[in-house]
Amino acid sequence: MTNTSTRRVIPIQTDPPDSLRSAERIRVLEACARLKDQPGALLPILHAVQDAIGFVPPEAVVVIASELNLSRAEVHGVVTFYHYFRTRRAGRHVVHLCRAEACQALGAADLEAHAKKTLGVDFHSTSADGAVTLEPVYCLGNCALGPSLMIDTELKGRVSAQRFDELMAPLRAKSP
Amino acid sequence: MKAVRIFVPCDAAARSVGADETARAIVEEAGRRGIEVQLVRNGSRGMLWLEPFIEVESDAKRYGYGPVQAAQVADLFDSGLCEPAKAASRGQALAHGPTEEISYFKRQERLTFARVGIIDPVSIEDYVQHGGYAGLKAALGMQPVQIVESVTASGLRGRGGAAFPAGIKWKTVLGAPGDQKYIVCNADEGDSGTFSDRMLMEGDPLTLVEGMTIAGIATGATEGYIYLRWEYPDAHRALEAAISAAYGAHYLGENIQGSGKRFDLEVRLGAGAYICGEETSLLESLEGKRGQVRFKPPLPALAGLFGKPTVINNVITFASVPIILERGAPFYQHFGMGRSRGTLPMQLAGNIKRGGLVEVAFGMTLRELLYDFGGGSLSGRPIRAVQVGGPLGAYLPESQFDTPLDYEAFAAIKAMLGHGGVVVFDDTVDMAAQARYAMEFCAVESCGKCTPCRIGSTRGVEVIDRLTSGTNAAAQEVLLRDLCETMTYGSLCALGGLTPYPVLSALNHFPEDFDKTPSARASA
Repeated sequence: MTNTSTRRVIPIQTDPPDSLRSAERIRVLEACARLKDQPGALLPILHAVQDAIGFVPPEAVVVIASELNLSRAEVHGVVTFYHYFRTRRAGRHVVHLCRAEACQALGAADLEAHAKKTLGVDFHSTSADGAVTLEPVYCLGNCALGPSLMIDTELKGRVSAQRFDELMAPLRAKSP
Repeated sequence: MKAVRIFVPCDAAARSVGADETARAIVEEAGRRGIEVQLVRNGSRGMLWLEPFIEVESDAKRYGYGPVQAAQVADLFDSGLCEPAKAASRGQALAHGPTEEISYFKRQERLTFARVGIIDPVSIEDYVQHGGYAGLKAALGMQPVQIVESVTASGLRGRGGAAFPAGIKWKTVLGAPGDQKYIVCNADEGDSGTFSDRMLMEGDPLTLVEGMTIAGIATGATEGYIYLRWEYPDAHRALEAAISAAYGAHYLGENIQGSGKRFDLEVRLGAGAYICGEETSLLESLEGKRGQVRFKPPLPALAGLFGKPTVINNVITFASVPIILERGAPFYQHFGMGRSRGTLPMQLAGNIKRGGLVEVAFGMTLRELLYDFGGGSLSGRPIRAVQVGGPLGAYLPESQFDTPLDYEAFAAIKAMLGHGGVVVFDDTVDMAAQARYAMEFCAVESCGKCTPCRIGSTRGVEVIDRLTSGTNAAAQEVLLRDLCETMTYGSLCALGGLTPYPVLSALNHFPEDFDKTPSARASA
């Protein structure tokens, strides 16, 4: 039996230190205010946050959880379940390179090796000049014209190593 | 002189190889020459190796040219692009004559894709002029139970892959008690080698909107969601434009065409999880959760989205409904073989000379599709293996190419037709690497609910690595087969349950690729 008089209150920090920049906080709150009343609002909100800020900052999870009356664990669980949501800032452009079978049949593995070598990155990371973040994707629906990739939201087909270099050149040119 | 109508697809595949630049060049070149041109951005005709495939209208016929890069546009004008029926123009290397007479197109039976590539995708006038909304009109004059009976009688089965009879699903929802019911469209087309959903949504999105509206009226559902993968931004734009046009013309909303029926529709974006193409996982995702697979029962038809009765079907399933209502169930049912009725838009992909969309009645053999339509491999080397039905479909060797495109015929050889994607590999393919990739893909995309899928897939990669390195190979093969059995029977959904299909088909049909010991290589 516990003697209640010996119980101590353990201070629990309920919120992590808030380092979300105020401009970003406003955007997250805006997204929540605009979308939170629709059923199943979490994915639309996360999309809106990523569209506005470029990623879903871990600090935004606290704000979203509070706005939707969910636990941080629930929001964190959703953010990390989906490959598309990123928790770190990306480069100026995101290049999604298809790794799926139809592109493999046309040399996607070689293109992947070429991309990693010329950008000097592995998947999920950003080239040193901050221009390009390379991500894998499993099918872009361009399976008759592979190998394919997507630059931000622009689909490109029949991407040879040479065409890859041509596509990357303007992205990597200085002065964004 | 009347403006010349020139069609340049706005389909993402066409744009991926330069259709926008070609369209711009046409407008500029016509301007320079003082020719009045009316440019229409249509969907793709589906002959994707010819993209950018432009068409010029003349005497109610459309003449095709392709692939046309921007730099070739001036030459085309020089050789009489605007008078395509004339001999000079027809002699042009890129000219293919009237599109409808191109054998690849002519031999198809286009029911679901009847309007794709022909109309301006987001023009409701164009849509109605080409028979659009005739199905809805018919449905509005019928009792819900009659609509459901018509869909059942047509023999339409779910085109997403599982091939469950659509009418039975609809009947369950119609009979289910509920103050709110939902129509959900699975537009999370994640299977590699498939793009028919994308092409339809970009080329004729109103057909999908109409099919879902009919489903709503048939089952008493008043709200619909299209769950679209984020990888399809072009389809997203097309759908939003189509939905907004449909609201504007009172084909969606409070009082559809004065019938007193209501149906609301919106698009929701996925976020790059293959598993969300599984219907219960998709529903979880729509509810704003992790896309983890649900136990069945309860069936989504009884307790689906937000716990309410829900019709969930694939894009092509819904898009096939308008023509069934318009022309009647017997018309649709007349196509096909055995229990596979109607048509299936097949997608030829990978290492294939003439890749694209081929809508044909069930029953054609895989070989006809690969060679008569596809023209063999793009590389010119022999076709060695073909994966049908996406990343969970079996790899078929040449000896199985005579299998007819029919759900049951494919099931009989432990393969699946799935969503109709056909990925072609030539003889440079390493089938052990493909088997390993199947396991790797499963590990990346597993939702984590079932242990055989979550852990088994990672172990599968390791076992295949040991097998191919020759470390106690015989024992590794026994282990791999045992693991596949565990995954097949111990997983709730098709991801864990069917990953063994590509793995075991590779192992059974191409065992030589798994033996990479020096002695095997020497004797090879």
